[in-house]
Amino acid sequence: MIKFESVVKKYPDGTVAVNGLDLVAPSGKITVFVGPSGCGKTTSLRMINRMIEPTSGTIWLDDQDTGKVSESTLRRGIGYVIQHAGLFPHRTIVDNIATVPLLLGWDKKKARARSLELMERVGLDPNFARRYPAQLSGGQQQRVGVARALAADPPVMLMDEPFSAVDPVVRGELQDEFLRLQSELGKTIIFVTHDIDEAVKLGDQVAVLKVGGTLAQLASPAELLTDPVDDFVAGFVGRDRGYRALGFESGTLDAASEQTVKFGDDSATVLRAGRDGWALAVDEARRPLGWVRSAAVPSGKQVGPELLHRGGTLASVSGSLRAALDAALSSPSGRGVLIDENGALVGTVTAAEVVQRIESHLHARRDQHDEGAVSGG
Amino acid sequence: MINGIIEWLSDGEHWSGPDGITARLLEHLQYSFSALAVVLLIGIPIGLYIGHTGKGSVAIAGSANALRALPTFGLLLYLVIGYGDKLPTDWIYLGPSLFVLVVLGVPAVLSNTYAGVQNVDPAARDAAKGMGMTGMQVLLRVELPNALPLILSGVRSAMLQIIATATVVAYVTLGGLGRFIIDGLSQQDYFQMAGGAILVAVLAVALDLAFAVIQRYVVSRGITGRYAAPAANADVVAAESKASV
Ligand SMILES: Nc1ncnc2c1ncn2[C@@H]1O[C@H](COP(=O)(O)OP(=O)(O)OP(=O)(O)O)[C@@H](O)[C@H]1O
Ligand SMILES: [Mg+2]
Repeated sequence: MIKFESVVKKYPDGTVAVNGLDLVAPSGKITVFVGPSGCGKTTSLRMINRMIEPTSGTIWLDDQDTGKVSESTLRRGIGYVIQHAGLFPHRTIVDNIATVPLLLGWDKKKARARSLELMERVGLDPNFARRYPAQLSGGQQQRVGVARALAADPPVMLMDEPFSAVDPVVRGELQDEFLRLQSELGKTIIFVTHDIDEAVKLGDQVAVLKVGGTLAQLASPAELLTDPVDDFVAGFVGRDRGYRALGFESGTLDAASEQTVKFGDDSATVLRAGRDGWALAVDEARRPLGWVRSAAVPSGKQVGPELLHRGGTLASVSGSLRAALDAALSSPSGRGVLIDENGALVGTVTAAEVVQRIESHLHARRDQHDEGAVSGG
Repeated sequence: MINGIIEWLSDGEHWSGPDGITARLLEHLQYSFSALAVVLLIGIPIGLYIGHTGKGSVAIAGSANALRALPTFGLLLYLVIGYGDKLPTDWIYLGPSLFVLVVLGVPAVLSNTYAGVQNVDPAARDAAKGMGMTGMQVLLRVELPNALPLILSGVRSAMLQIIATATVVAYVTLGGLGRFIIDGLSQQDYFQMAGGAILVAVLAVALDLAFAVIQRYVVSRGITGRYAAPAANADVVAAESKASV
């Protein structure tokens, strides 16, 4: 657990970067600091490992006052990842990753073995071990940065915009992998970003900071989107927050069963299977491949890859309503494809069905609100 | 002319004895490397300190430039005439000579060392600190290795300047390759004079080449960009990871 207690940072030039921050980042969870440029995210983060000394207030690491430990000891127990990775250009990837273990006095062999293990963990080809940072792409360097921070298995990780310098596709991959890693490792993480979508995607809780260094709201991502505390937060989380909040709503959908076709089926089979002019093609494992327009298969011809329309996204049957709605809206047939955890077809839903489900959720929430208001008043 | 010089250089008698080429060459190297050693002892620590802390950079940049502007020969004569008699006998000429060579070499080493450290990627420095390296560890493990190319090029240019300029010490009765130039001039033996100059040039080029080779081996391949072949890499790592399990 990391606890900020009335923390203030005033720079020598008079800038108040952080103004009386009180906040608890629970153990094993990801707490995201988000807010506009200059709101004190980096300053707050760097006060935890004392790269910046607070002007007043206390930061606790569990029951340890961070101001009372030596800087090096404190930092060696905290993983630190920064925007441009900050890899050491003169050291190979294995040696970069082994930095903290070596500082802690591990023997070389053990540190190396640990590096290689971590490379695998973060999805780096072991052939990169002997390479130098300049030989890696930005995304790969960022993975090394994460591996390096994890090397001595610190319980706490501080990450300052670690994925912001890579392109959106790579960023998405890094985020997904980061979440997978965290589900295995369960670190206490403070993650800084100025991107609200990233905050909402990664955070167990999100702290929205305001310029001037005050905390505007600390809430779960879903709560932040559905119940922003003031105009600043509402404006910051964005206009389509209602839609994005669906990302946190899951509900069992009644999937309609779907007649499927497979490669090699003839036009008659497709016509028979199709509904409203579209049939869904699947492989042997019943994984959806794409939609076939029934009328587009010439008689005597067979279904093949060239006839597939692949526009529809797939939604997990136990996933969010947002994903289900997106699947329905993006599907050429108007029927969103739901799959199970193995990627096999469960059935389909229409946008209308998803919206109906959303409505019933909203009703339930309104009722809760009303009850809350009554009992509160 | 050329033939005359070659004749002078290839005459075995000119190479032997206490005033032969071999002896003068060794003297020349001795002066130069003594001066260079002092230059490194002064320039590198101060350069590292300023680069690491950022303190005193303005003062140093100014004084390095002022040092550069000092005329070596004038300074040497001034020191010998003005201060020679205050020194022990052995040092009357040697002291001022080494001093001017040191003054000549320090600016290049100092300012390159300082610039090299300053230019280290701030993110790498930040990460090093953030991972719990002490100031000294950041300096020795991150800043110094990354500053090395610039430091070495400073050392290299200081070395070349010193080798070339060490000829002036012959004016104040000392030895070294400068002797041939000065004696050649006064004896109107132009072959000897040109031969001496050529020897200085050849020495400078030879040392420069030797230095380039050293530089190749001490600077990390991650910085020079001369990476090893990838196939070899994979084998090494595979072998190592097996060894370490
Ligand atoms: N060393 C410093 N001296 C003076 N003021 C500083 C210093 N570092 C940061 N500041 C100021 O403190 C405020 C907060 O800076 P900080 O870097 O914490 O912002 P941030 O939220 O991380 O912004 P960004 O999203 O742009 O990274 C800013 O107004 C900044 O100009
Ligand atoms: Mg910042």
